[in-house]
Amino acid sequence: MSILSVTDLHAGYQRGGAVLRAVDGVSFEMQAGETLAVVGESGCGKSTLGKALLRLVPPSAGQVVFNGIDITRLRGGALRSIRRRMQMIYQDPYGSLNPRQSIGAILTAPLVVHGIGGRAERSRLVHEMLDRVGLPAASFSRYPHEFSGGQRQRIGIARALLLKPDLVVCDEPVSALDLSIQAQILNLLAGLKQERGLSYLFISHDLSVVRYFADRVLVMYLGRIVESADHAALFDHPSHPYTRALIDAAPDPGKRRPPAPIAGELPHAGALPAGCRFHPRCPLATGLCAREEPALRTIAPGQRVACHHADAVPMNTRIKREPAEA
Amino acid sequence: MALLDVHDLTVAFPSVTAVAGLSFSVHESETLALVGESGSGKSLTALALMGLVPRPGRVSGAVHFGGQDLLALPEARMRQLRGRDIAMIFQEPMTSLNPVLTIGRQIAETLRLHEGLSARAARLRAIELLDLVRIADPGRQVDSHAHRLSGGMRQRVMIAMAIACNPRVLIADEPTTALDVTIQAQVLDLLDRLRRDLGMALILITHDLGVVGQWADRVVVMYAGRKVEEADPIGLLRRPLHPYSRGLLGASPRLQARAHYRLGRLAEIPGSMASALGQAGCPFAPRCDVRQDKCDSVAPALREMGEARLVACPVAA
Repeated sequence: MSILSVTDLHAGYQRGGAVLRAVDGVSFEMQAGETLAVVGESGCGKSTLGKALLRLVPPSAGQVVFNGIDITRLRGGALRSIRRRMQMIYQDPYGSLNPRQSIGAILTAPLVVHGIGGRAERSRLVHEMLDRVGLPAASFSRYPHEFSGGQRQRIGIARALLLKPDLVVCDEPVSALDLSIQAQILNLLAGLKQERGLSYLFISHDLSVVRYFADRVLVMYLGRIVESADHAALFDHPSHPYTRALIDAAPDPGKRRPPAPIAGELPHAGALPAGCRFHPRCPLATGLCAREEPALRTIAPGQRVACHHADAVPMNTRIKREPAEA
Repeated sequence: MALLDVHDLTVAFPSVTAVAGLSFSVHESETLALVGESGSGKSLTALALMGLVPRPGRVSGAVHFGGQDLLALPEARMRQLRGRDIAMIFQEPMTSLNPVLTIGRQIAETLRLHEGLSARAARLRAIELLDLVRIADPGRQVDSHAHRLSGGMRQRVMIAMAIACNPRVLIADEPTTALDVTIQAQVLDLLDRLRRDLGMALILITHDLGVVGQWADRVVVMYAGRKVEEADPIGLLRRPLHPYSRGLLGASPRLQARAHYRLGRLAEIPGSMASALGQAGCPFAPRCDVRQDKCDSVAPALREMGEARLVACPVAA
């Protein structure tokens, strides 16, 4: 069953009179119980997508259906009761924790807002949750600055899960953490998912983490999905040249001194290239790519790609390219 | 013979000893990686080599370079060396670039200060350097301001400034951590090419084991201010000997691995580095899965284990 069904979603920002189209026509389905990763580089729109799904950024067009309910234009109490079922975990929980409030107060607040339990019941729920995310009971009366980065992420997870959501949008939840702490948090998220049957939309720039933690992957480039596939298919048979380049660029200790996989940088979202948005950096680009934007098409069961030359993307070898002129 | 030889380097602050008795050396044209998590002391090590440890930090030990001990040099001498013989680039280039001056002016300043070039000659050399770090249209970009450039371009400008005087040693402190993955690959490729072409030694400070495996010739693993293992990167990744090195590798998801959360958990290192504070013996003991009683009282010495391999653990085998 689909927990989330997104059709032609657009969302963006006003920037000095111009509209920045951060999410520019995105459609996908997400199944209940899956971890769907959204990967791409900064400016690809992955964070805006996560926020637009939760209505933290207003969608300018398109539709978001959550558990069978069109939430795109919900307001007031209806929106609030839906939000209880959709929560978010941020990269830097410190930025979202009020430094003047104790952890107990921070974690109790959402329960109060949604009218859950009495005083004693709320305290019990918070203590249970602290224990589950691996924080000592004494954390209840402590303040955010007394915790390390990894512990603060545990607080962020506790806050998101207290309302028993169905969907959790995780926006780079381990990117700011040291490697040894990152593994602790990923294991915690995996355990909680299993216990509670959660669905995760997992936003990340780190392909190694995505390979481990995703069931399915959407690859975004300049506001569009360029490829979507099951995690195994995506890493074994990447079909978009950008996916191939991302995989080649991820530092792999097995490859000594590899040449840079692609030249050039992401153009500004205010100055989108005509045709395929990736064509100025693409080693396979032809005249067709400069003229015509490729649509997402299904190339294998469960795998969609937006590329005129997807058949030419090498599976297990790097794309040859001219010496960099960047 | 080593180009730079660090002996028993210690950086102490009133509340904490951030680097404790660290020794390593780096040779010409070699890439040495210092790898560790935050709090490992890797960045302070770099600042100590540059003579830039902030107050009230106290630095002791010796850093031999070109027949002299950098730690014993008067500040005036160190200022001549810094940026000319030993240069450094940082994670966030914007904090080291002046927003008011054009990038050409900033590169030229280094050249005029250290090499005594005329304004005209320095500008021409700045354009050459921008070309060398593969900035397109350097004749025009030389007059740009840093805030108009992308993060990747700024890091290229920082690299151009750092190599302006052909330094013998370039220290790069997490040079690509703030960059996107495709840009990161471009910048690492550039640094490696410059190392080779200019014969520089490169000290690469990173938390990323993938970067270590790809680019380093030798690697020093640091934990709580100490060297816990030194190895060639292929040997380290294939068979890490120190329990911390092993823990780090187990904790890192790998692109090439088949590991998946539905099949099994990642190996965890329990606790955090904070447990090393005030620990009398091995700093890693509170988190170690092969800890013995003596580890809590006796700080382990580095042992040679095979060729060019050092491990600070009495249990490792």
